Amino acid sequence: MTTKAARLFRRMDGLFAVYKPQGVHWKLIRDTIESNLLKELNSCPPPAPQLAVKFQLLSSGENNGSKDLILSPSMLPSLANHPLVTGPQFHKVHVGVGHRLDAFSSGVLVLGVGKGNYVLEHLCKSHVTRDYTLEGEFGRATDDFSDTTRVIEKTTYDHVTQDKLERVLAMIQGANQKALITYSQMDLRTQEAYELAVKGLLYPHGKSPPILTGLRCIHFNPPHFTLEVQCVNETQKYLRKLIHEVGLELRSSAVCSGVRRTRDGPFKAENALTRQHWTADCIIQAIAHFRKTTRKIRKSGMYRQTDGQLNSSAKIQEQIRSEIGQSDQEHVELTSPTSDRIVDRVAPGTG
Amino acid sequence: MHLCRRCVSLLLSRPLLSAALQPSTHTLHQRSHHILLQPPVHRLTQRHSRETWTPCGRRNLTDHQAASPDVYNNKTDLAEREAEKHIVPFENLNVHQISNQESLSDMGLDAVVRPSPLQEISEEEAIQIQVPSALPPDSFTLKPYVDQSETLSKLVQLGVNLWELEQRPNVGSMLVRLDFHADVAPKLLFLKDLGVEESKLGTILTKNPFILTESLDNLEARVSYLKTKKFSQESVAVMVSKAPYLLNFSVERLDNRLGFFQKQLGLSAEKTRNVVTRLPKLLCRSLEPIKENLKVCELEFGFRGNEIQHIVTTVPKVLIANKRKLTQIFDFVHNTMDVPHSLIAKFPQVLNAKFLRIKERHLFLEYLGRAQYQPSQPNYISLDRLVFLPDDVFCSDVALATLEDFERFQKTL
Repeated sequence: MTTKAARLFRRMDGLFAVYKPQGVHWKLIRDTIESNLLKELNSCPPPAPQLAVKFQLLSSGENNGSKDLILSPSMLPSLANHPLVTGPQFHKVHVGVGHRLDAFSSGVLVLGVGKGNYVLEHLCKSHVTRDYTLEGEFGRATDDFSDTTRVIEKTTYDHVTQDKLERVLAMIQGANQKALITYSQMDLRTQEAYELAVKGLLYPHGKSPPILTGLRCIHFNPPHFTLEVQCVNETQKYLRKLIHEVGLELRSSAVCSGVRRTRDGPFKAENALTRQHWTADCIIQAIAHFRKTTRKIRKSGMYRQTDGQLNSSAKIQEQIRSEIGQSDQEHVELTSPTSDRIVDRVAPGTG
Repeated sequence: MHLCRRCVSLLLSRPLLSAALQPSTHTLHQRSHHILLQPPVHRLTQRHSRETWTPCGRRNLTDHQAASPDVYNNKTDLAEREAEKHIVPFENLNVHQISNQESLSDMGLDAVVRPSPLQEISEEEAIQIQVPSALPPDSFTLKPYVDQSETLSKLVQLGVNLWELEQRPNVGSMLVRLDFHADVAPKLLFLKDLGVEESKLGTILTKNPFILTESLDNLEARVSYLKTKKFSQESVAVMVSKAPYLLNFSVERLDNRLGFFQKQLGLSAEKTRNVVTRLPKLLCRSLEPIKENLKVCELEFGFRGNEIQHIVTTVPKVLIANKRKLTQIFDFVHNTMDVPHSLIAKFPQVLNAKFLRIKERHLFLEYLGRAQYQPSQPNYISLDRLVFLPDDVFCSDVALATLEDFERFQKTL
């Protein structure tokens, strides 16, 4: 006979995404979610108190008529298992974090609960890319590449036009594309490698520095500009440094005023939970929503064999990707890093 | 988590001591024989064992002082006994009895006939058999003692969270040692007479179990002092419920604190009483952070004296708020939202709110073009409405948008 708390606990198994607000450490979010889940679990009614045999001095039956007190056994509730004595039923819920976000950034943060933590590992090792929106501002340079720290340098930016910016971005993307090919350790002269590259299934093999698989400028309104980036193996500080380098290439300087992750693998911002929804029932709903995605990730992780067989794992990924694409088109893709617009840009860039 | 161990171990160490001494006196005799018979090499090894033996804990010190000078003979015994520290007393007594009898037989006195367990005994002897209680001598939790101890079971029925209390060092042992009728009941009746609600007694004792060890005279003296300062009976009861540690502080300390608040804030006696009744924690904490917060308000923020007075009387929590968070909120409200000092002083609840809430709501209003905080202009939004209203009311009334829009906007920040 399971208690309500045990049934609730069993439903807390899986992955879900949370929208991290800016300025908050990721650990605080993880702790908040864990304490919310524990609060809900421990608020379930406790089991009935256990009965224990106790010997009490009770008056003997009416047969005797005398008022002798004799020791007689009776079942009385024992206080030893009272929740105020034993403490809360649940002390810990395993909540793990996927790809971390530093305090300055905001965006989609994938968390795993219970058995979902094993799938988190598969997610981290799988060939997923992440989507960021970077906001930059020309005219200043700071020591931390963000707009809140100490300013080191101030420059003019009147000479910066959108055309020049696009050219710089193309150059950066070309360099990254070369890096991607090098680190994927595939000989592009073979037919299979060429087919994978055309479909955009190249992925760095083993440890690699951050590589941008896609880069474009969404918004240009000097001094502010916004870039959209798809990348692998990145850190948020690298992305802020990217903005700084874009500023340097344009013979000006730039600081990053915002890093926002809009997608982490198959988890998108539309389905991420905002702060008001970090309660147990919303989390369980989100876990149920992402159950199919979680299963795909787990299966792709199981099929991955040794690192040498990159081709076969890539083929399986493609199969899974097509399956996902057919079944649920909302939270699509273990992502195609190269969309049409970026492929066009590669050609003039690498030329 | 050495819960009852020290208090029970204090009781235990005495029988353990006597038990340890008895066999050790026995072995002492044996060893003394050995020493006389065997070559000095043996003595050297024993001396070596004395030097390498490291004392561990108070018990060994007491043993060291109480035992005979040839203490190095005892040490190997005690080292073995340290390994079996958790033996229940009656097992100890059995060992004690057996060793006693062995020593007696070795001594060559008249052999004592050991009674067989199947032997029949008379009723009087049966009643005189003392069954030692099955309570463990020490334990990490109060669970084994709750059913046997009247104090503990009554406390659980009152609603005291024993699990939380036993995490604190020494509190569990203290509770086990309390006697209900002598210690606990008078204090509970005192609190009830004061006017504290019965439902709150559990939480008060959970936060401050030391109210049970404070003497009743002291408690009464402090309450009478507060009454001389013209705090009404109900306000004293409310203060004790909100700040359970209040009555553990001496009269001088309370006097000192009240005087400080009256002087520093420059408020009348009536207003100081009001502030202290609403936030009695002010009397319990140290004054340094409060002084720092006041300095921050005056120098960093630039509030005038009367503005600070108004803020403190409306929202006393500003005095004990975290300095860094307070500065962050003020910086955002004054510099980013462009709200002047006078308006912030008029609505000090904004200093008590969560920073992220203020930030998200302000940015949403700015995005919609409704961020108007000047009372002279149309579509004015007061700061307390910005901060106090729940999300759905805020979205519908203040921002004139839907909750989904607000959530979608939150995901773009």
